[in-house]
Amino acid sequence: MNLHAVKVIYYNEMLRTWNTLLQSIASPVISTALYFVVFGAAIGSRIESVEGVPYGSFIVPGMMMLSLLTQSISNASFGIFFPKFTGTVYEVLSAPISFLEILLGYVGASATKSFVLGVIILITAAFFVELRIEHPVWMLSFFVLTCITFSLFGFIIGVWAENFEQLQLVPMLIVTPLVFLGGSFYSISMLPPLWQKITLLNPVLYLVSGFRWSFFGVADVPVAWSLAVVGIFLLICLGIVAWMFKTGYKLRN
Amino acid sequence: MQPIVSISDLSKTYASGHTALQGVTLDIAKGEILALLGPNGAGKTTLISIICGIVNPSEGTVHVDGHEIREGYRHTRSAIGLVPQELTLGAFDTVWNTVTFSRGLFGMAANPAYIESLLKQLSLWDKKDSILMELSGGMKRRVLIAKALSHEPRVLFLDEPTAGVDVELRKDMWKIVEKLREDGVTIILTTHYIEEAEAIADRVGVISGGRLLLVEDKDTLMAKMGEKQLTIELREPTAAVPESLSSYSLALSEAGDKLTYSYDVRAERTGITALLQGLSEEGLGIKDIVTRQSSLEEIFVNLLEESA
Repeated sequence: MNLHAVKVIYYNEMLRTWNTLLQSIASPVISTALYFVVFGAAIGSRIESVEGVPYGSFIVPGMMMLSLLTQSISNASFGIFFPKFTGTVYEVLSAPISFLEILLGYVGASATKSFVLGVIILITAAFFVELRIEHPVWMLSFFVLTCITFSLFGFIIGVWAENFEQLQLVPMLIVTPLVFLGGSFYSISMLPPLWQKITLLNPVLYLVSGFRWSFFGVADVPVAWSLAVVGIFLLICLGIVAWMFKTGYKLRN
Repeated sequence: MQPIVSISDLSKTYASGHTALQGVTLDIAKGEILALLGPNGAGKTTLISIICGIVNPSEGTVHVDGHEIREGYRHTRSAIGLVPQELTLGAFDTVWNTVTFSRGLFGMAANPAYIESLLKQLSLWDKKDSILMELSGGMKRRVLIAKALSHEPRVLFLDEPTAGVDVELRKDMWKIVEKLREDGVTIILTTHYIEEAEAIADRVGVISGGRLLLVEDKDTLMAKMGEKQLTIELREPTAAVPESLSSYSLALSEAGDKLTYSYDVRAERTGITALLQGLSEEGLGIKDIVTRQSSLEEIFVNLLEESA
């Protein structure tokens, strides 16, 4: 195991964030505050509570998921796409490291950043609304699993993308809509029956529902399903990454 | 002695269908300097990329230091340093960080003292805290060399090392190459500057159209392929080459005062003695004689024309 390599990749990726520290901290704080103003204050004044949870608190898990998903994908995809774009990836490819070590470095750093971001959002939210976490172990598990899984997904996008446009394509056209339609800011019980059924096809729903359950004990779908969906998605991503490294897909061809 | 790099029947066809290498077989001895010559698109960079693990081969095998490059990638890649052709460097890193990064990436424990001596040797020490994108092209090239040497490789690949490099850096580079050779490092460089190969290589390989046309000791190659030219300056100009000397296919200069005779050094009899005798029999006085051996460049051009 080339731990030196894992260490320097991880350190280097974290350094990149450190160099843009203000942006890294300020943007989640500001966007969280904005969501509270728009959803919490404006809409929340008309919706008192959802399933016994005050609306302002209700949206916190969904809001965190929205940020975790988009930031994990963008961090990890950019982390590997940029060296590909500038050509510096030659060095990683010519280094004596296995794909597991490359993943630990890049995906580990991206997941760490997302985790820190989630904590910042949680702290910011605590200033606006009252929060309680009923199932802390579950909450932490969903939190960490989401950071890792979507960093992996981002890594795949970064390897696949051939230009900046493609890099933005999946996050903008697929992930963001799925998150907004996945019950981040509402319970699907508020939807017409047909839409409730359709929403069940949205994987993000399971993620948000499980995460919200770990906070307030209320969920749209059983928590076991939520865990299963995250687990399956993680396995799919790992499978794709393993295949990519085995065949040299877009990296060694 | 076992070769440090052993390439066997190596081929590469890219996904686009382009065949960049065809059946290349080559052994590289420990400690030698091998220059790979070839026009752009000949397959030089593909060959290097495969050995370094950047590109997967389609067919054939490569062994480095006794290990196969895919099964034994940890061993082979640790032994190899690569200076790429393009100035590919991150933008926002400092010189110190990027060189330290490279060392760690290749599995070596941090060694600030070694990095310091490396940067000093490459005249980069006063730039150690500079941001990469603010460096000049020549400085970036130095940084790439420092990165390639950061893990103390035993085989160094230099892909077009002096393309777009100033005279000073080129001299520095050859000093470094010389020093590395003394330390026993094997060096493989690609170039299309023939004088470079002529100046420093022990052996020369010529690649064109994805095929290795030949590999020879540089001196043997020059002697074997070399055509020599004998230029005879006459005391008095002559209007035409005398009939009796027509078999030598002499070229007469415009002013009629110089005769040029081309001959092959490989031939047992070069015909010089007979030619000079013939000249004196025709009563042409000789003022001066100059011989000139063709350069590697001429050999190279001839070879490519033959293979085309």
